[in-house]
Amino acid sequence: MNHLPQAWGRPRDDVYGAYNPHYLPHSHGGHQAGHPNQHTQSPIVTGTSVLAVKYNSGVVIAADNLASYGSLARFTDVHRLKVFNKKAVVGFGGDVSDMQYLDRLLLSLHVEENYAGSGDVDDKESDVALMSAKNLHTYLSKVMYKRRSEFNPLWNALLVAGLTESNEPFLASADLLGTTFSAPTLATGFGAHLAQPILRRVVPDEEASKALTREKAVEAVKECMKVLFYRDARSMNEYSIAIVDKESGVDLKLDEKLEGQSWAFADRIRGYGTQTA
Amino acid sequence: MLTHIRQTSIGTGYDLSNSVFSPDGRNFQVEYAVKAVENGGTAIGIRCKDGVVLALEKLVTSKLLKKDANKRIATVDRNVGVVYSGLLPDGRHFVSRARDEASSWRSSYKAPIPGSSLANRMGAYVQAYTLYNSVRPFGITGIIGGWDAETELAVDGSVGSGPKVGAGGKKQGVKEGGPFLYMIEPSGLYWGYYGAATGKGRQTAKAELEKLKLDPKNGECISLEEGVKEAARIIYLAHEDSKDKEFELEMTWVSAVGGPTKGRHEEVPKALREEAERLAKKALEGEDEEEEKMEE
Repeated sequence: MNHLPQAWGRPRDDVYGAYNPHYLPHSHGGHQAGHPNQHTQSPIVTGTSVLAVKYNSGVVIAADNLASYGSLARFTDVHRLKVFNKKAVVGFGGDVSDMQYLDRLLLSLHVEENYAGSGDVDDKESDVALMSAKNLHTYLSKVMYKRRSEFNPLWNALLVAGLTESNEPFLASADLLGTTFSAPTLATGFGAHLAQPILRRVVPDEEASKALTREKAVEAVKECMKVLFYRDARSMNEYSIAIVDKESGVDLKLDEKLEGQSWAFADRIRGYGTQTA
Repeated sequence: MLTHIRQTSIGTGYDLSNSVFSPDGRNFQVEYAVKAVENGGTAIGIRCKDGVVLALEKLVTSKLLKKDANKRIATVDRNVGVVYSGLLPDGRHFVSRARDEASSWRSSYKAPIPGSSLANRMGAYVQAYTLYNSVRPFGITGIIGGWDAETELAVDGSVGSGPKVGAGGKKQGVKEGGPFLYMIEPSGLYWGYYGAATGKGRQTAKAELEKLKLDPKNGECISLEEGVKEAARIIYLAHEDSKDKEFELEMTWVSAVGGPTKGRHEEVPKALREEAERLAKKALEGEDEEEEKMEE
């Protein structure tokens, strides 16, 4: 029996030889030459929730402009919605360096798509077969799943919002594990707990989303952004919002501010119980 | 010219292998490749004040070919167009290499490749095919045209705007970018041009290009829309020598970020192209009438 607690429960060195840590990450004594690389273990600079709602002729998606470094609100003008073409917008939550990597990947994909003709955001006349949001989501989910299978995940939660080939509203998520799902309303991170219940009250099912107007959808998303700012300590009051509509294409606003916050009640709150003044 | 080549090359064997110098310092295989180019449909590029136009006389070899399909002018990255004359598959390979160069530039420098660098790399690539007897030279002359952004571009994948104060290592008030046009020959030789022409009708086309006001140093330079109309007219004029054959006009353009294509290489819109073709036909008829008058 060894008197050092860190050795307890481990095979004894004098019986089995020194423990071979080669498969462990570098920080735990592993990673010798000739052995597999160890990769991203945790995110560093991060973005918080992304929310989106499908409505009768499109999708609304929003994310705030903050990139946090732990609890430090480090970068305040980071735009986490990326327009791919006039049919698709991607919202990024999670690690910002991995978001940059994905953004470059999407750019090279867009360049390749462009060889056949323009997929410009404001090119409404073009009849080129564009990569739809659905195609883009499939692509991104394969990238995410491949990376997690290599034990080198892209530390993101993505929402892909836009239109299908037949111009139906499309919304789906993909994350660092390669997990994908779809719903009329979606939110990542904190938003999944705080925004989803509110959004689901407005849009309980696909039918409700088909009846929802653009104005109501935008209003619901803005309301949720406000709730998230109240309660998520990694959020910010400036945000980006994009609307992908089958009639009007993509409308991206990068520097919106939350409106109509209510803090007046705070004046009346004193102490934690019996204090009155 | 042809007899001269015959005199010096036939029987001597200097023209049988690539990369071999003839006694007077020529590479005959490269000169034969130029012959392949001279048989191709006319391709031209015009560098205008606010953009570049590329145009191609696409010979229709069969009525069974679908109209306006089978595009020959290719896009590289998003802001560069390539048109070529000569062997089609060689051109395709050339374009594919140009796309690879552009994307590898992006992965290194996180920004689009400048036209001068692309022309340089493609020139070097084509020239490499004159160096070994295990390969043959390119049977094309390629025209590369595009627009380098004159506005400040964000670094690919950048987030946020960076510091709000200070120059950030940049010089203030430096004008960058603008239109560019390069022509690369089978030898790997390339120059920057105001107007470039290659293929069967190059002589006619060059003569017409020389009449245009294209030098920005002279203070006047034709606009992009004028360029489109001139390009159509020149292609129609260059086609006159092979009048009996059908052809299709293919035309693309690139403008500044503030212009009609927003810095992208795109096909010239159908309406504008048809208008240009109408004017081209009218100009040709006008010329015929003039000739007739002269004869009278």
